Amino acid sequence: MGSYFDGSQPGPFGGDPRASGRGQGASGGTPSGFLGLQTSSFTDFLASHSPGLLPGRVVPAAPPIPGADPDPRAPGQAIRDLPHATTIVAAVCDGGVVLAGDRRATAGNMIAKRDVEKVFRSDEFSGMGYAGTGSVGIEFVRLFQVELEHYEKMEGRSLSLEGKANRLAFMVRGNLGAAMQGLVVVPLFVGYDEDGGQGRIFSYDVAGGPYEEHRFYSIGSGSLFARGALKKLYADGMPAADAVLACVQALYDAADDDSATGGPDLPRRIFPVVATITADGFRKLPAAEAAQVAEQVIRERLANPDGPPAALRNG
Amino acid sequence: MRDKADYARKGIARGRSCVALQYAGGILLVAPNPSSALHKISEIYDRIGFAAVGRYNEYENLRKAGVTYADITGYQFDRHDVTARGIANWYAQTLGTIFTESPKPFEVEIVVAEVGVSPSDDQIYRITFDGSVTDEPGFVAFGGQADQVSAALKERYSDDMSLSEAFAAALAALSAPGNGERPEFAAAQLEVAILDRARDHRTFRRIRAARLEELLAEARPAPTDEPAAGESSAESSGSAPSGSAPGSSTPPSSSGPSSPSSPSDTEPPTGPAPGGSDRGTGLDGGSPL
Repeated sequence: MGSYFDGSQPGPFGGDPRASGRGQGASGGTPSGFLGLQTSSFTDFLASHSPGLLPGRVVPAAPPIPGADPDPRAPGQAIRDLPHATTIVAAVCDGGVVLAGDRRATAGNMIAKRDVEKVFRSDEFSGMGYAGTGSVGIEFVRLFQVELEHYEKMEGRSLSLEGKANRLAFMVRGNLGAAMQGLVVVPLFVGYDEDGGQGRIFSYDVAGGPYEEHRFYSIGSGSLFARGALKKLYADGMPAADAVLACVQALYDAADDDSATGGPDLPRRIFPVVATITADGFRKLPAAEAAQVAEQVIRERLANPDGPPAALRNG
Repeated sequence: MRDKADYARKGIARGRSCVALQYAGGILLVAPNPSSALHKISEIYDRIGFAAVGRYNEYENLRKAGVTYADITGYQFDRHDVTARGIANWYAQTLGTIFTESPKPFEVEIVVAEVGVSPSDDQIYRITFDGSVTDEPGFVAFGGQADQVSAALKERYSDDMSLSEAFAAALAALSAPGNGERPEFAAAQLEVAILDRARDHRTFRRIRAARLEELLAEARPAPTDEPAAGESSAESSGSAPSGSAPGSSTPPSSSGPSSPSSPSDTEPPTGPAPGGSDRGTGLDGGSPL
């Protein structure tokens, strides 16, 4: 099985340079090679110039041995034991959006890492988190960051927020082949829409997207619990500080019930990564500030382990 | 070969000169350019800027190729591994190949500048149409009547100038006799950008509108002993020390060497620059798994 990235299939990136008529530079040998290969999409450029650098390129799986157990998870233990990133939550707030992620990476039933970061700035007015295979996710984030910056430099303007969300969808779809072999990674994209003056959330599945989400959303193994918590905690038009608190509460609830999601680690001082994106741009909360929020949540949970109760009846 | 060189030289000399020079807080790039959309000065990478003269389609093509080269190098290795030297070499090879192999040489001259951590790390390279590269420490004038402009710039250039001093020097050099008709520049006819040493991540900033007017007012030689020609643009951002030294001499220097380059005064490549949040590739801090 090939992926779009290896050029074996015509894909969203025009993977076959010969077919796209831009092959003259693909040799990379002549110094003027880049002159014939200019596109405002860095991913497209990579696909025709050096497809090997795209994320999610995997060796095609060996053909199944006749008579052997047709295990759909043929890639087996090795891929399942790669570190996986877990829960990301996002919530629209007054004048922006909040994005937060826990810090745990798991490999099968083991904790692979306690201090992983999976919430990133993608450009001035957008950010992303990912759940799934960590190594592929990191490459995704790096590629997407370069993609947005490359467009900005080539065209002299930023992509619209929908444009960014759509670009990410193509990249996710490009990884479909690898995802089928087990290297699944799914991003959650949030940004501040300068035209509408509000924060927006976009989710994806392994085949792409984007699906616009309203109010709040969560992805990853603990997402069910986090979304349940947010459902009870979220209020329309929350100030950013409240939305940050709600997200950290939701991550706490996710960690409470999902073994793959890490809660705040007091002894090691490892707390969720939280970012806000508003008209002022992307801002990652400094460690001290994130710690303060997490400590407040823990303090309250000492008295009330299940968190703040929601009102039973409206009004 | 000689014909080609003459052809290219003539084409380049028809335009007007640009200058790039070091100041205490970074590198300043100034070009006379009546268009606000067709840039002569652009961002290549985090700490690297690009300026060109000549035929727009040719240098725009080179600029985009340079951005691509920088982005793929940075993606393949690390953002720190993209250097002005590498890009200058790549331009030199490209222009050299085009000059020898193509029937029509590119009529362009390019400057690639990189701002370092300290002024001694700054680099300015000039690449000509035939692919020759020169390392130009401190300042460079190129295109048009580059010799006259360069001579004028040399007189006024000194190490550790403030931004307004450097801008005044650049303006004086560009107004040197022989470089175009107009000795006085208005903001609309100038394209100005800086590589700001103090910034993390992307250092390239365009200077436009109010901030540019302010610099222009500071740079205009005071006709008499009147205090500060900057009064006329007093509405512009208040943080800069305009009108500081009454009766200052020809380049009316502002209050200090490190004065007026607070990031909020300048425009980022796109969008506003919220203080300090424009940093890091996102993979910094913590361990990225």
